[in-house]
Amino acid sequence: MIQSSLTQMGAALRAKKISSVELTQNYLDRISTLNPALNAYITLNPEVSLEQARAADVRLAAGKTDALTGIPIAQKDIFCAKGWRTTCGSKMLHNFVSPYDAHVISQFNSAGAINLGKTNMDEFAMGSSNETSYYGTVKNPWDTARVPGGSSGGTAAAVAARLCAAATGTDTGGSIRQPAALCGISGLKPTYGVVSRYGMIAFASSLDQAGPMARSAEDLALLLNTMAGFDERDSTSLQRDKEDYARDLVKPLNGLRIGLPKEFFAEGLGSDVAQTVETSIGEYKKLGATIVDISLPNTKLSIPVYYVLAPAEASSNLSRFDGVRYGYRAPEYTDLADMYEKSRAQGFGAEVKRRIMIGTYVLSHGYYDAYYLQAQKIRRLIAQDFVEAFKQCDVIMGPTSPSTAFKLGEKGDDPVQMYLSDIYTIAVNLAGLPGMSIPCGFGANNMPVGLQIIGNYFDEARMLNVAHQFQLATDWHTRAPKL
Amino acid sequence: MQWEIVIGLEVHTQLSTNTKIFSGASTAFGAEPNTQADAVSIALPGVLPVLNKGAVERAIKFGLATGAHISKRSVFARKNYFYPDLPKGYQISQFDLPVVGQGALTIQVEPLVGNAQPYEKTVRITRAHLEEDAGKSVHGNSQGVTGIDLNRAGTPLLEIVSEPDMSSAAEAVAYAKTLHSLVRWIGICDGNMQEGSFRCDVNVSVRKPGEPLGTRREIKNLNSFKFMHQAIDYEVQWQIDTIENGGKIQQATVLFNPETGETRSMRSKEDAHDYRYFPDPDLLPLEISTEWIDQVRQTIPELPQAKINRYVNELGLSTYDASILTASVETAVFFETVLTAVPTDPKVGANWIIGEVNAQLNRDGLEMSQCPISAHQLGGMLKRISDGTISNSGAKEVFRTLWSEGGDADAIIAAKGLKQVSDVAAIESLVADIISANAEKVAEYRSGKDKLFGFFVGLAMKASKGKANPAQLNDILKKKLDG
Repeated sequence: MIQSSLTQMGAALRAKKISSVELTQNYLDRISTLNPALNAYITLNPEVSLEQARAADVRLAAGKTDALTGIPIAQKDIFCAKGWRTTCGSKMLHNFVSPYDAHVISQFNSAGAINLGKTNMDEFAMGSSNETSYYGTVKNPWDTARVPGGSSGGTAAAVAARLCAAATGTDTGGSIRQPAALCGISGLKPTYGVVSRYGMIAFASSLDQAGPMARSAEDLALLLNTMAGFDERDSTSLQRDKEDYARDLVKPLNGLRIGLPKEFFAEGLGSDVAQTVETSIGEYKKLGATIVDISLPNTKLSIPVYYVLAPAEASSNLSRFDGVRYGYRAPEYTDLADMYEKSRAQGFGAEVKRRIMIGTYVLSHGYYDAYYLQAQKIRRLIAQDFVEAFKQCDVIMGPTSPSTAFKLGEKGDDPVQMYLSDIYTIAVNLAGLPGMSIPCGFGANNMPVGLQIIGNYFDEARMLNVAHQFQLATDWHTRAPKL
Repeated sequence: MQWEIVIGLEVHTQLSTNTKIFSGASTAFGAEPNTQADAVSIALPGVLPVLNKGAVERAIKFGLATGAHISKRSVFARKNYFYPDLPKGYQISQFDLPVVGQGALTIQVEPLVGNAQPYEKTVRITRAHLEEDAGKSVHGNSQGVTGIDLNRAGTPLLEIVSEPDMSSAAEAVAYAKTLHSLVRWIGICDGNMQEGSFRCDVNVSVRKPGEPLGTRREIKNLNSFKFMHQAIDYEVQWQIDTIENGGKIQQATVLFNPETGETRSMRSKEDAHDYRYFPDPDLLPLEISTEWIDQVRQTIPELPQAKINRYVNELGLSTYDASILTASVETAVFFETVLTAVPTDPKVGANWIIGEVNAQLNRDGLEMSQCPISAHQLGGMLKRISDGTISNSGAKEVFRTLWSEGGDADAIIAAKGLKQVSDVAAIESLVADIISANAEKVAEYRSGKDKLFGFFVGLAMKASKGKANPAQLNDILKKKLDG
């Protein structure tokens, strides 16, 4: 059952072939066995999960079901969930038990899904390898000497290792897509504003977007149906009609125009990744797609722009973690300023501090125009590149990450090398576009390679269609690591 | 040596919305600490601000009432600093794009020095912007620790910034009073200074005429007009003394101590924060349509300046009287209600309100809203003055009774027998009696001793027990004596 699609799982639950309690217990057992080696979860709450499963079984018995009723879903530990410790991967929130539910959590709760546990992540979602988590590194299930990617590394590892039916992630610069690629699963970052950010601990507000991570595009569509929708508690949430993201899954791809940006296939891209992605593009040609060569000239600036804007917003977003009202407070201090300094010095890890300092610097008097304002201008140019590109094609494809999963500790000492692992994903966040990653083969050391699909604004249904047709024609997404 | 004083004001008016500017928590004053602090007020991880339209409407109202430009698009910015009563570590305010642009306020200044006449002046308003209030630190409780009360955190404020157009404490106080009256007049602020609903920061500098502006010091948080006057007087003298003694003014923020009557430096420019303002990515730019502005315009009552003009031009009152009658919306409403009782005699109503009513209110320490006599009661009495039923001295007695015991003017007149005698025959017979009984005095009068006229009036009044209509009595007496 744990290998089944969400649709099959839902059908089995509704047909009473398995109960939600049994299914949940299966996953909890598997987690007990496998999680110690993988460290994909920060917090488990088996009693609470099973209680939810019992309630789901009552609901299933009554026939009042939703597609996800009774299905165990793991939640990235960035989402506040009532009664659950919500750490955001940080010592700062080690003891923080949320008194409220994030919008995403309440959406899953109303659907009757089970909260299976809170997954590990880079501290405050800042990282591309999950190595900045206060709760220890997550291991890639395909090779436990390697990173799972980040920041949604715990989620990616949990989905890949079948430690949950599906899970949530968040993506500020690639944090859904890059770990999905490195762990051989499917992940979707929707258009900015499609999923409410309410209750999702902010890293960089203008870039953060929650999305589903699962084993297939079909599963992603079901999850997105639950997650998406207007929420008046988030002013950047978009007021749009509810849509069925699964509606176009079965459409054939005849005539699909795929744009290949030359910048995504240039220097810095691993040859194994390049080859695997090109083979996948060949598969798309067989499915009836045509290839268009395009250019996104300003995307080369996306890393510097991102590392001005995201830290700027983060430096302000993370100011609330001051030890005054909740979260970590230094045990000893002499006065107010000392309490702030010690609490934040001890509560935050090195990468978070680095970004707070960068962000504080770029917003400072005398530097604001040169950094923050300039970056905002270039951000608009990057977005404009995509507008031009989508005049020539329906979707854009390329590698999700320049390499397959690297070794634990390999890039830990060099933040810039680490930042470069998001080189193909960041521009999508800057433009606010939807992007996804699906498994498309294996590269060096037999590690998974991700194919990135970028769509136009609100084109999630088409992207899922494009991904699903590929998954009907190939079986990369069904490959599971041996554990 | 002559010194020129330059004063500008920044006034924080608390807007009279029921809920906070970015959340649904109540803004009611005086609740138990932290009982009105919701997730947004506490700045829990993951919460987001949602703008209260009522606060925007009040800002628009203010802009329209001061003839200001209403920005079609304004931006909320984050002002970053750490303080325990600032839960997010930043205040959401407006910086370079405020909701209300340049406007103006006409004030009536009543100089306190010498015999100078009241005069009118127009003070330019630079801008007005929306922002949230901070919470409060509560020092020195029983355990000797500082507590934080976040009930006030997130209360909507409109910060109104004037140009440095005032050149005396009297002008500054007149501006503050006029502004105070206006915000209550248009119903955007309750004006309660004790509860901090109207707080003034006063920027003061001095210079020799013709010289560039001097360095200013800012007197923070004045919450009474009396203190404002004292603080400015002290500060001006301190600055002049400092310069004349060869010192230099350092830019600083100062506090006024009402007990000593002195201002004291709180922090110098060197301690000034770099607030790292940047647009708040959690809030979209505030767009205000022409239709919205027009809707708000419909809700604005006739403004004080328009009333003053009307009272002067249509009712024949002096500008000074008109400005007193429009000092508060309650006074104006009181006057206009009184006017319905004596529509042909606006002056009698004006005189009684400016004279007896205000004097009694002052004596009893009451506001117009607490006046024990209603406008209808006063109007009823004025009607009887106007139609000659009672004399002025009779009216004073009626007024005293109305004030202390309430009731109705006509009933009091009847009960106390205050109806004056206006019967010509009755007065003529009374006068005839006096003339015949005082032949000697009559002769003296008739031989040219005019001053004796008063003696006869006195006798006649006494004979009528004070009820004779004085005007009629004068006429008849004169006729008979001269006869």
